[in-house]
Amino acid sequence: MSLPTAPAPSLEVSGLAYAYPDGHQALFGVDLTVARGERVALLGPNGAGKTTLVLHLNGILDAGAGTVRVAGLPVGKRHLAEIRRRVGIVFQDPDDQLFMPTVREDVAFGPAAAGLRGPELEERVVTALRRVGMEEYAARPPHHLSFGQRRRVAVATVLAMEPEILVLDEPSSNLDPASRRELADILRSLDVTVLMVTHDLPYALELCPRSVILSDGVIAADDRTQELLCDDELMRRHRLELPFGFDPRSVSVPRP
Amino acid sequence: MGAGHAHKLYRHGHSPVHALPPHCKLAAVLCFVVAVVSTPREAVWAFAVYAALLAAAAAVARIPPGFLLKRLVIEVPFVAFAFLMPFVVPGEQTELLGVSVSVPGLWGAWNVLAKGTLGVAASVILASTTELRSLLLGLQRLRLPPLLVQIASFMIRYGDVITDELRRMSVARRSRGFEARGVRHWGVLAKTAGALFIRSYERGERVHLAMVSRGYTGTMPVIDDVTASRTEWAHAAALPALALVVCLLGWTL
Amino acid sequence: MHVPDGFINAPVSAVAGVVAAGAVAVSLRGARRELGGERAAPLAGLVAAFIFAVQMLNFPVAAGTSGHLLGGALAAILVGPWTGVLCIAVVLLMQGILFADGGLTALGVNITVMGVVTTVVAYVVFRGLTRVLPRTRRSTTVASFVAALVSVPAAAVAFTLVYAVGGTTDVPFVKVLTAMTGVHVLIGIGEAAITALTVGAVIAVRPDLVHGARGLAAPLKLRVDGELVDAPAAPAAPPAPAAARSTRKVWATGLAAALVLAGVVSFYASANPDGLEKVAADKGIDEKVQEHDAAGSPLADYGVKDVSDARVSGGLAGVIGVGVTVAVGSGVFWAVRRRRTPEAPHSRTTESV
Repeated sequence: MSLPTAPAPSLEVSGLAYAYPDGHQALFGVDLTVARGERVALLGPNGAGKTTLVLHLNGILDAGAGTVRVAGLPVGKRHLAEIRRRVGIVFQDPDDQLFMPTVREDVAFGPAAAGLRGPELEERVVTALRRVGMEEYAARPPHHLSFGQRRRVAVATVLAMEPEILVLDEPSSNLDPASRRELADILRSLDVTVLMVTHDLPYALELCPRSVILSDGVIAADDRTQELLCDDELMRRHRLELPFGFDPRSVSVPRP
Repeated sequence: MGAGHAHKLYRHGHSPVHALPPHCKLAAVLCFVVAVVSTPREAVWAFAVYAALLAAAAAVARIPPGFLLKRLVIEVPFVAFAFLMPFVVPGEQTELLGVSVSVPGLWGAWNVLAKGTLGVAASVILASTTELRSLLLGLQRLRLPPLLVQIASFMIRYGDVITDELRRMSVARRSRGFEARGVRHWGVLAKTAGALFIRSYERGERVHLAMVSRGYTGTMPVIDDVTASRTEWAHAAALPALALVVCLLGWTL
Repeated sequence: MHVPDGFINAPVSAVAGVVAAGAVAVSLRGARRELGGERAAPLAGLVAAFIFAVQMLNFPVAAGTSGHLLGGALAAILVGPWTGVLCIAVVLLMQGILFADGGLTALGVNITVMGVVTTVVAYVVFRGLTRVLPRTRRSTTVASFVAALVSVPAAAVAFTLVYAVGGTTDVPFVKVLTAMTGVHVLIGIGEAAITALTVGAVIAVRPDLVHGARGLAAPLKLRVDGELVDAPAAPAAPPAPAAARSTRKVWATGLAAALVLAGVVSFYASANPDGLEKVAADKGIDEKVQEHDAAGSPLADYGVKDVSDARVSGGLAGVIGVGVTVAVGSGVFWAVRRRRTPEAPHSRTTESV
């Protein structure tokens, strides 16, 4: 239907519903399209189903109803390896993500699992670590790094797979302001589609031109981040609160 | 029991022993210890030679003697056991410093002390010259089942994380004025252990998700492999080969 | 409790090594089933790290003394016998290599005694009791207590047996047995109390995680049955027979290897009398040695009574020792597996929204 030259959107979720086997239903028909190269924030109160949605993006959870497509590829058993290469998820706790004995091996894990070997693999690792400014830590064990450094390495582990879309679960949590800014610089410098799950509204405003609000298992709002944050009524309805003294109207955000 | 930090024994260095491939070192230490254990205890001189061999290896590895000796402390419980032997083992009695002790007991104590000490010393030299990561690679190279190596590597990776959690829980307990003093406080400590188990298990599940997300399908991709040249094998074999000669001499002399 | 080098003679250490290797090989397969295929490595690794950490948790007894958990029974009850054996074995391996804690040649003895015997005995006792007792949480706690209580002296008895066959010093068997069991019954009481309390604490919060209590809490079982990870839980039934068959093969190979090793090695080993016997023979005090030989088990002094030829007798002792160990072990494993086969492995995952 679309023109052959137009790239398929990085992410296309339509009518996604999911209930946990214990009967608790978390998603009630999510529709979300993220175009290639976009940076989108996924906002929502606790228990809105954000993590559940994220786990659908690379096929860890199977859709109860509806579909998920990544770069035009349907998420399902048939393309699982390819999907997992294209969707890079950075989990909330870097200690869960960095499971190998050294930073270098951890970054190499994904590409190596995809079959890369030798100098090509090495090159991938070095490039990924350089993009997050951690190349001199390659030989270190992850538990000798600071929390902010670990989070950056966690981003590198995913970048090494050259993903189509980078999905970050609460990227700014537990970071001190400097690490927070460093991570923002890194994310801005990347040329990939980003979906960022967060409670950190100023961070969303800083990094993502567009935001969607997931509430009660559906997308409740989808607009420019600044518009959303300025809509007091909407924010209150979905239990989203701005930090004390922060006025989104006062921030000038470059128009897309 | 070992101490909190995963690998306290390792000493960073660039000696020839440090440079040897890990699987050569593992094999060499194992063969050496086997030779020591198989030596008859009456060949007292043989154990002196073994000690000299280890001292030479430690010197090549540039491990200070004090460091080595300090690590031998791990043996203490068995030293106590060894000291009991001369008093509990029946057999011919002899006078030692005015105390009546049994001859076979003395031999037994000597045997355990000598062999145990040499074994610990050899292991300490191995551990202090080999990085954790290479030890795992060495085990992998020595054809330990891959699943076992994976479990060991996860254990080492998360040993510190979990020990830290344990420490934080203990700090939290003490901050609220709780000090475990006796048996009646076991319930609280057991709750800590239970909570720690739940956290560990749940972390295992999350780690699995993170692995699957990066394409894990049950086998670890081989990222690093260690290889050894013939010369390296020959260097590593020097220690056990000499030990074997000593052992054989011990039997024949 | 870690046995150092030189405590047990070389042939018996080798046999124990083969037994330990066989047990670990079988457990590797079993753990895959227990934990659900590819989840085995991270979960078992984390449980091993937990055991490692919990051994550092000091339980004050009185007047400045304190003890710590050994963890075999706890592991068996929380994650199942296979994973339990595996985790303890990995912990012992790493302690041996990294901390020089326990001799490298004694690794087989250490794994067999502290890993296999403790875990398997605890699990069998636990299973037996939970079958007899009413299906309540309290029974699970009681069963945990008894299982841990029995498992520690059982390990001590196993060690004494190994020592009787392959000890380098001839401390009289009965003396060792009495001393070891006496001390370890006391340690066992502590272990039992801590294990039971810990299992109770886990059951109170996450009963679904306690392997030994699966199917206990009906309302939570729904969630346990919950499937999440990409591997569907359905194909559990078909591979079971195949796994059982190949397990049998592993066992057969292990048994054969152990018997051959025990026979051949002990045959030669006994040709050269042990140091003590040598001294004893030189000094002409054989009478005394024979006396406590008879007082101990038929395998004491590493030879079989009423068999005159030293070589044959030594070899025979080795074979009998291994045979008994393997027979008991296989019987136990077989019984456990038979009971476990009908259960489908559960897998679950947590949502952390």
